[in-house]
Amino acid sequence: MKDYMGIINLSEREDNIKELTYNRPIAAIPIAGRYRIIDFALSNMVNSEISNVGIFTQNKYRALIDHLGTGKAWDLDRKNDGLFVLNPVFNYYTLGIYRGDIENFKNHIDYVHLSKQKNVIVTSSNMICNVDYKAAIHYHTEKNADITVLYKKANDCAENFQYCNTYIIDNDNKISAVDINTGKTDENNISMEMFIMSKSLFLDIVHTCSSKGDYDYFKDAIHKNIGKFKVYGYEYDGYLACINSIQSYFKTSMQLLDMKLSRELFFKNGLIYTKVKDEAPTKYTENAVVSNSLLANGSMIDGTVENSIIFRGVRVRKGAVVKNSILMQNSIVEEDALVRNVILDKNVVITQNKQLKGDDNYPIVIEKKAII
Amino acid sequence: MQKKEWIGMILAGGQGSRLTLLTKKIAKPAVPFGGKYRIIDFPLSNCSNSGIDTVGVLTQYQPLILNSYIGIGSPWDLDRKKGGVTLLPPYMNEQGGEWYKGTANAIFQNINFIDYYDPEYVLILSGDHIYKMDYSQMLNFHKKKGAEATIAVIEVPWEETNRFGIMNTNEDGSIYEFDEKPKNAKSNLASMGVYIFNWKTLRKFLVEDEQDKNSQNDFGKNIIPNMLDTGIKLFAYPFKGYWKDVGTIESLWEANMDLLKPDNELNLYDTSWRIYSVNPIRPPHFTGESASIKGSLIGEGCVVYGEVHNSVLFSGVYVGKNTKLVDTVVMPNVTIEDNVTIERAIIGSDSLIKPGCVIGDKNSNAVTLIGESDVVEENTTYKE
Repeated sequence: MKDYMGIINLSEREDNIKELTYNRPIAAIPIAGRYRIIDFALSNMVNSEISNVGIFTQNKYRALIDHLGTGKAWDLDRKNDGLFVLNPVFNYYTLGIYRGDIENFKNHIDYVHLSKQKNVIVTSSNMICNVDYKAAIHYHTEKNADITVLYKKANDCAENFQYCNTYIIDNDNKISAVDINTGKTDENNISMEMFIMSKSLFLDIVHTCSSKGDYDYFKDAIHKNIGKFKVYGYEYDGYLACINSIQSYFKTSMQLLDMKLSRELFFKNGLIYTKVKDEAPTKYTENAVVSNSLLANGSMIDGTVENSIIFRGVRVRKGAVVKNSILMQNSIVEEDALVRNVILDKNVVITQNKQLKGDDNYPIVIEKKAII
Repeated sequence: MQKKEWIGMILAGGQGSRLTLLTKKIAKPAVPFGGKYRIIDFPLSNCSNSGIDTVGVLTQYQPLILNSYIGIGSPWDLDRKKGGVTLLPPYMNEQGGEWYKGTANAIFQNINFIDYYDPEYVLILSGDHIYKMDYSQMLNFHKKKGAEATIAVIEVPWEETNRFGIMNTNEDGSIYEFDEKPKNAKSNLASMGVYIFNWKTLRKFLVEDEQDKNSQNDFGKNIIPNMLDTGIKLFAYPFKGYWKDVGTIESLWEANMDLLKPDNELNLYDTSWRIYSVNPIRPPHFTGESASIKGSLIGEGCVVYGEVHNSVLFSGVYVGKNTKLVDTVVMPNVTIEDNVTIERAIIGSDSLIKPGCVIGDKNSNAVTLIGESDVVEENTTYKE
């Protein structure tokens, strides 16, 4: 893997997950009690022995940079290679203009150009999985492909993977057409938006797009020219979720309460790394009643918690009831308050006796630092 | 030479033989504590939080785990360009070499290390106590009193004074006598094994002590009494708060149980004085549908389907269905299968308890111990 560099491309659309992305990109949304979404993409790279990773951000990157630091948590604080965060040179976002990711690639093309690796793997950040790229890269070499893209044969597309790209694949595993999952059929080949290719091809695509102005998005440049390249699909058969809406975020989180899935996601091809917080173990008092929940360190439970995900440093006070909810870092549910089908962003306080109930399929999201 | 105002020296060579099975492969300071930590995390975090950026850790007995755990000191913010943490095992020089003979000899053998930083003051700590303490306040006290040596003391119950080194003090806090494990104590101020010395003074006493063939080269037995004899100014620094020597299986168990008390003085959740450690890479713990956890501390990566009451679970512990843990400390990565009952016990790291076992007894005075990496076969009944 010495000859591969990783590129994590944060150009995901945020239209359907606005409530959690006011201050952060999707990549920096807290998930699973102690992680951020990008931890999966980053850990997959590191576990596949890729040691040069560039993260191309779009906007609102403060929270992300705070999380990444020097890359130490992922063992990416290196003298040679390591972690590179490449922010947009000009922030179109504040002007309300979407410019796509090609522009950012172009502005930082020297980073890619000067990296010593001869191949790249370009991924998005919002695919939740534990995947071994080594096997995919081996397949790519064997097939002598121009581009190899990872996909999963999913059979629940009516409900999940909304608006993800789908592939039509021929007998030789070559991609013949690209579509979008609108939920009409259950079975689809879902694109994981992980592209393996030579660096020269990557550079060529970026240069061509930016000089001709054909496409704003890297992904489109490949998908709209599928006939021009030899694009192969590599099937991944492990757990996969795509976080691109509040519903998918909520659903994915709740899926992690299934220990079989959880074990696979957090251990299968390597561990998932994240920023260390030095929190003490979770404290349960004599009043605690907890079932079917994930709880991170540093939290204190004095009330009832059911079917929920409790992040680091959360307080559930005496008499409080938390059901089917996600409580992010340092949020507090005070005495005798009740939350159900709710996502509390970081540092939210639900004061005594308050009740908040969302719908089973549509949770209420409470903004960061709100006091209710 | 890199001038430092003060540096810390942590004595971490102790075997901790009274911890029996738990210290077969590791030194006492590396023994797990509190659902996440190792004992040495406490003095190291105290140093870091007190603003000490140069710490020597003196190792001797079974140092492998301890050395790899401390590494370059990053978890405690002690990976520094100037100073930082340095592991100090015994070494050879042109005259040969020898093991650390006693606490004072261990420091004596590292005079070069201390001289290199040329500090005004040296803080000497033991690597096997559990407490949170701001050493910078103790240093201020030391300076204000114009002392040559300051010893931190804590009030212990009078009936236990015969277990400690007792400091007899004058009204101004100066020490006039040191009583090692006295039968009839005159004071209940016990030494915590935390010393601040003026380096020049200590250096002189260490060199003299080394020449005394009859000396045991120990701070408590030799250096402190010698200092008192020569009449230099020694002060007792009164410390209030939680402090515990976890030298035995019972006291280690007790210290873990102390964390579960609602009025527990050792607050691990205080963000202004965090205890740092090497964090395991594990997802949050999972509490299953059938689980019941009360009055307990649970580490990350645990999966609990059974009943856990008044217990401490370190990271990566599995508790099966219909299994019941009461008053028990379970160290990292232990698997406890279904239908097991464990009461009043310490279960060593990486061990496996097969179904149907009954271990320990909550009405007994003794704490039952299962050693590291042990496998307890099905339906075994075992208690201490």
